[in-house]
Amino acid sequence: MSAAMSRAAIRIGPEDFDPAAELAALGSAGAVASFTGHVRAEPGLVALALEHYPAMTAREIARHAEEAQARWPLLALRIVHRVGRLEPGARIVFVGTASRHRRAAFEACEFLIDYLKIRAPFWKLEERGDGNRWVEAKESDDAAAQRWGR
Amino acid sequence: MGRAVNVLYFAWVRQKTGTSGETVEADAATVRALAEHLRARGGGYAEAFADLARLRAAVNQEHVPFDAAIAADDEIAFFPPVTGG
Repeated sequence: MSAAMSRAAIRIGPEDFDPAAELAALGSAGAVASFTGHVRAEPGLVALALEHYPAMTAREIARHAEEAQARWPLLALRIVHRVGRLEPGARIVFVGTASRHRRAAFEACEFLIDYLKIRAPFWKLEERGDGNRWVEAKESDDAAAQRWGR
Repeated sequence: MGRAVNVLYFAWVRQKTGTSGETVEADAATVRALAEHLRARGGGYAEAFADLARLRAAVNQEHVPFDAAIAADDEIAFFPPVTGG
């Protein structure tokens, strides 16, 4: 890590988060962009159970945070990803970025959520009235990440 | 001569093998050879490893292709394509 690296805060765990507190922690240096993902309400869906590979999750997310900091002039970034059982409407993930200008904040935020989707080792099990089903990976997520050129 | 590696399973791979992890002694030089060794155990392992195209692998917490080499004491994980975010 060089001295130029911005502040990065990464949290993985079952606890909910407060988007307003996360945004406030990103500061007010010019531009703050964020993404918050929720469990979509779908017919028959009772809850999602999120499982992960803790040692690898930490490393993958840290690696992509470093890459975002190398590609864009970020002042801060925050990533929160929940695990465990989450009901429809619950928050799952937060990615927030701060920079002096909007383009870097927007692009870094999109890059981070796109890579989180295809590289971070999380798996979602849908709990439905008629049984449980693992969520399948989507090709559109691969395509979204590929536009970042790696 | 076999080598002992630490193998982890996640999501439906864990459900089919019936365990989240174990130490495996196998004469396997690559991730693919280890997967084939596990498939040959039959039962839930044969189901879990029936189609390697449905699986992904990591060695020491990094994504790798199935042709990646493995060494004694490595941590090797098998799992479906990830679905976080």
